[in-house]
Amino acid sequence: MNGELAKAIADLKENEALRLTKERLDRGEDPNKILEESRAGMETVGKRFSAGEYFLPELVYSAEIFKQIAEIVKPKLVKGVQSKRIGKCIIGTVAGDIHDIGKDIVVFMLDVSGFEVYDLGVDVPAQKFVEKIKETNAPIVGLSGFLTLAFDSMKETVEAIKKAGLRDKVKIMIGGGQIDEQIRKYSGADAYGRDAMTAVKLAKQWL
Amino acid sequence: MGVNQAELLPEEKLAKMFESWLSQQRIDFVSPEAAKAYRDRVIRIRDVIQLKVPDRVPVYTNMGFFPAYYAGISPEEAMYDYDKLITAWRNLILELQPDVHGGSAIPGPGRAYEILDYKLYLWPGHGTRADTPYQCVEAEYMKPEEYDALIQDPSDFWLRIYLPRIFGALEPLRRLESLSSVVEMPFTGAYLASLGVPEVQSAFETLLAAGQEAARWRRAVSACNKALLEAGFPLFTGGSTKAPFDTLADTLRGSRGIMVDMYRRPDKLIEAMERLTPLMIRMGVAGAQSSGRPLVFIPLHKGADGFMSREQYKTFYWPTLKKVILGLIDEGLVPYIFAEGSYDSRLEIVRDVPRGRTVWHFDDTDMARAKEVLGKTACIAGNVPISLLNTGTPGQVKEYCKRLIDVAGKDGGFIMTSGGVIDKAKPENVQAMIEFTKEYGVY
Repeated sequence: MNGELAKAIADLKENEALRLTKERLDRGEDPNKILEESRAGMETVGKRFSAGEYFLPELVYSAEIFKQIAEIVKPKLVKGVQSKRIGKCIIGTVAGDIHDIGKDIVVFMLDVSGFEVYDLGVDVPAQKFVEKIKETNAPIVGLSGFLTLAFDSMKETVEAIKKAGLRDKVKIMIGGGQIDEQIRKYSGADAYGRDAMTAVKLAKQWL
Repeated sequence: MGVNQAELLPEEKLAKMFESWLSQQRIDFVSPEAAKAYRDRVIRIRDVIQLKVPDRVPVYTNMGFFPAYYAGISPEEAMYDYDKLITAWRNLILELQPDVHGGSAIPGPGRAYEILDYKLYLWPGHGTRADTPYQCVEAEYMKPEEYDALIQDPSDFWLRIYLPRIFGALEPLRRLESLSSVVEMPFTGAYLASLGVPEVQSAFETLLAAGQEAARWRRAVSACNKALLEAGFPLFTGGSTKAPFDTLADTLRGSRGIMVDMYRRPDKLIEAMERLTPLMIRMGVAGAQSSGRPLVFIPLHKGADGFMSREQYKTFYWPTLKKVILGLIDEGLVPYIFAEGSYDSRLEIVRDVPRGRTVWHFDDTDMARAKEVLGKTACIAGNVPISLLNTGTPGQVKEYCKRLIDVAGKDGGFIMTSGGVIDKAKPENVQAMIEFTKEYGVY
C-alpha cells in the first residue's frame, strides 16, 4: 500500500483514482486492500472536512469516487469476506418527512468509517426504529428531519424507544435543517449534529 | 409602465415603484383607518429599506403552512379547498396584524398538480400525510449531458426536455419539433403535424385543464389578498426569482449533481448560469412590474455556509447572483434576499451591493455580525429561530426579540421576522414576536 490511491481520493483526483484502481486490480492485487486504502483516503477527506478545508461538495464528490472504486472491485471480491465492522448504527428520516440528501451523506460517511449502517429510509414510523433496535442490538440511532413536524416525530420516536424499555440501550443523535440544541432538549435525544462528520465523531465516541 | 420608462434612472424607477405601491388607488379600503394603516405600513418598509430610521421596527410574517395549523385545517385542505384557504390565510393576518405579509399562494393548487402528474414534489393528499407541507423529491431532473441543450436554447430545453420530465402528463411534448423550426411555409406544415399526434393533443388538453384549475385557485388567492389589502395590510414582495446556481441546483441537477458538476464540468456550469442570468432578472422584473410592488423575493439555498467553501462561493455562486441583484436594482426594484441556513462566512462577500437598495433576510446567521458587516449597506431582517417558536415560551421569544431589536435594529435598517419559514409553531409565540416588536421596537 504505497498510499497513492488514498492520496488521489483525498485530493479528489477522480480520473487518477479510478486509473490506479484498475491498474492495481489488473496486477492481481487483493481488492480488499484497495478498499482499505480507499477508506483511508476517505478518512483524510473526513479530517479535512472537520478542519474546515473541505465542505459538502468534497464529501459528496469523494463519495462518488469511492462508490465507483467499490463498483470496479466488486466482481473480484471474494464473497463472504467482509471488512471488520466497528459498530452498528440505525439511521432514518423520521415519520412524515421524506428528505434524504443529508441522511444519505451521513449513512455513507458512517459506512466508510467502518460502521455497519442500517438505513431505514425516509418517513420511518417510530415503531420501525424500535423493531430495528431489537433486531440488530445496534447501540446507536440517528434521526434525520428537515420539516418542523420532524421535531415532534423525533420526540415521539425517542419516547417509543423509551416505552419499549430500550432507551438506556441506545444513544440517539439527531440532525437536519432546523435542528439545534433547543430541539435536542425537546426531543430527548443525546446529541445533535450539524454535519456528517459530527455524526461519525459522535458514533465513535459512543462505541 | 410609463412611456419614458427606459429613460429613467434606476433611482427614479424605484421612486415610481414605491409610489405605485403606496398609492394603490384601486383599493377600496374598509375604513379611513385602514387606508392610513396601509400607508403607514408601506412607508415604514420604504424607510427601513432605504436605511432611514422608520417610526418603529416593521414586522413581517414569513409563513409557510402556519395559517392552516392556526385555523385548525390541514395542509391538504389548504391545497385543495380554496374557500378554507382564503378563510384561514385572511383570518390569520387580520388577527395577528403584521406590517406586511406574504400572501396566500404558498400552498398552491393541489388539483392542478395532480392533473399534470407533477413528479417534482410530494404533497399532502398526494404522497405525504395530510398534515405535512409539500416536500421536494430530490433527483437529477437534468442530466449532465443536457448542459449544452440548456445553454443553446433554455426555453426549448424547458419545454421539450424538462417539463416532460417533471410533469408525467406532458411526457409527449418530448416529441415536438423545436419552435424555431417554424420558418417558411413549406417547413411549417411539419411542425403543425407534430401537434396533431394524439398523445401530444392529450398532453395539451391536460395542460388546459390544469390551467383552468390554477386560474380558479388564482381567483381565490386574489380574493384573499384583496380582502387583506382593503383591511389595510400590504402584500410584501411583488415578484420572485432565484440565484442562477440554485435554479440549476435545486430542481434541475439536484444537490449531488451540482456538487459533482463543480468538479467535473465547472466551465459548463458557469456558462449555464451566465445563460440563465438574464432570464432570472426578467422573471423578477415581470412579477414586480405586473404587481406594482418593488420587492423581488430571492430565496438562497445551496450557497449557505457548509454547502461550499468561500472560494467556491466566489467562483460559482456569487457572480451570477450579483448580476441578478444589480439587474433588478437597475429596473428600480429591491431584491429581498432570503439567505436560508447560515451566511456567517459570506457576509463580507455579499456586502458588494449598492447602499440602501437590498434587504438581506437571515436565518441562522449571527445577526450582530450581520449588522456590523452589512448594516451600512443593506437593510437586514430575521431571525427568530423556528425551534424557539416551536418549543420555547412567549417570555423567551420576547427576550430574543429584545436582543435583536437592540443589536440588529440599532438606528433602523431592520425588519423583525422569523429565521425560517413558519409551518408549525406555537401561536402564542408568533403573537409574542409581533406584539413585542410593536411595543419595544419604537424609535
